[in-house]
Amino acid sequence: MGKSNKPIVWGPFAGGGTLTAFLTPVLILLTLLAALGHPPELLAYERLRAFAGYGIVKVLVVGVVFLSLWSAAHRLRITCYDLGIRADTLVAGVLYVAALMGTLASALFLMRL
Amino acid sequence: MAEEVRRRPYVREETWRWIFRHPRYLRYMAREFSCLFIGAWTLLLVWGLKQLSEGPAAWSAFLASLKSPASIAFHLVALGFAAYHSITWFRLTPKALPLQLGEAFVPDGVISGAHYAAWAALSFAVLYLAGAF
Amino acid sequence: MSERRVELEVLRYNPETDREPHFQRYSVDCPEEWVVLDALNHVKENVDPTLSYRWSCHMAVCGSCGMMINGEPRLACKSFLREYPGTIRVEPLAHFPVERDLVTVIDDFMAKLKRVKPYLIPKEEKPVDAGEYLQTPAELKRYKQYTLCINCMLCYAACPEYGLIPKFIGPAAIALAHRYNQDSRDGGREERQQEIAATEGVWECSFTGACSEVCPEHVDPAAALQQVKIKSTVDWYKEHLMPWLKK
Repeated sequence: MGKSNKPIVWGPFAGGGTLTAFLTPVLILLTLLAALGHPPELLAYERLRAFAGYGIVKVLVVGVVFLSLWSAAHRLRITCYDLGIRADTLVAGVLYVAALMGTLASALFLMRL
Repeated sequence: MAEEVRRRPYVREETWRWIFRHPRYLRYMAREFSCLFIGAWTLLLVWGLKQLSEGPAAWSAFLASLKSPASIAFHLVALGFAAYHSITWFRLTPKALPLQLGEAFVPDGVISGAHYAAWAALSFAVLYLAGAF
Repeated sequence: MSERRVELEVLRYNPETDREPHFQRYSVDCPEEWVVLDALNHVKENVDPTLSYRWSCHMAVCGSCGMMINGEPRLACKSFLREYPGTIRVEPLAHFPVERDLVTVIDDFMAKLKRVKPYLIPKEEKPVDAGEYLQTPAELKRYKQYTLCINCMLCYAACPEYGLIPKFIGPAAIALAHRYNQDSRDGGREERQQEIAATEGVWECSFTGACSEVCPEHVDPAAALQQVKIKSTVDWYKEHLMPWLKK
């Protein structure tokens, strides 16, 4: 049968799943606080702009975006199959490309800062 | 002498309705669905980066748009699903990464508990450093 | 000793006369302490001798009597009537073709067990007069729980991925491979990886966890599968990103 290359896809999924488990709830909380009218100080334009200006921060943010979008894409791919959508290759293609495009976009926006 | 029996196995096809067979499958689906909200929030993050890169006016507009009732509702639901993802992920971590010390395995509860504690500490640290309180 | 009138709804299928399976009802007066298997045996002995099903030990060690009881994969000998206050629906184990009545076709499962080479493949050939393989209690504990599988196939009935993808090698087969991979006397992991690290091996698993929930022997196949995924992933990245590393 031969060993599969699935680890290419599964590795970032496992990494992203772990990262989002630790980080995403509190990040959502930050924008939720902003939504409720009590934005954290970091979300003030000047502070956030300065924070996002650091090279290391840009790299980390792109990393977080990639792992988050990739793990979501992978899980959604599996869920589609679970719910009876048989065109797995097509679904996978669309979702992984979307994740990569989101990552690329975040990198482009950060480079403008 | 035994008669020959004609074999004609009957195949029962599986449909997507398997998710309703037992509560555990619905819980699994809920866990899987968390990816929609985590993915959506991350796309919101990317959108926010775009607005941030376009200057203070765009950023203010972004912050203002967060305040809509739809946005608040989305955030509450997303937070719930994201937390469910975390809880299930850390509950399953000891299964994937068992730790044998000597003869005994470290109890699952200890490994999960350490993850929950780290999750809480990290969240607190992020809130503090971001000036949320 | 009190009795209870139990209503059984049992799936029947005769390949020679039926186009499709259908349910048949039996009313049985059962002692309270009976299990579903006892009720089925009573039906076969006293009411309808044509009812077909597998069973043997009646004590949850042989793995023969797996069936769907009110939609859950259970061992019939371990399913107490007192757990089921109403009508009891008995069907053949899900995700397997039905041979006849409650008897499923298990050829696929048997073939999968063979594929994972479920026997010790020593790292080096050792002649008998070199003595026994020595193993510490810690080394034994490392794989012990995966030895407990009784091949009852409840995990396959519970696994939604196996239901959707019959080619999936499945929880018990992979847990069995893991049992040998984790055994300090064994050196056959790379051979087994050809089967379990293939697409239809561990990679069809989505960690639903149903397999471990229904396992009557607490083998926890789900844990074995995740451990195989992680090890296989680490191996893959090592092989592809650091090819100079010798195994």
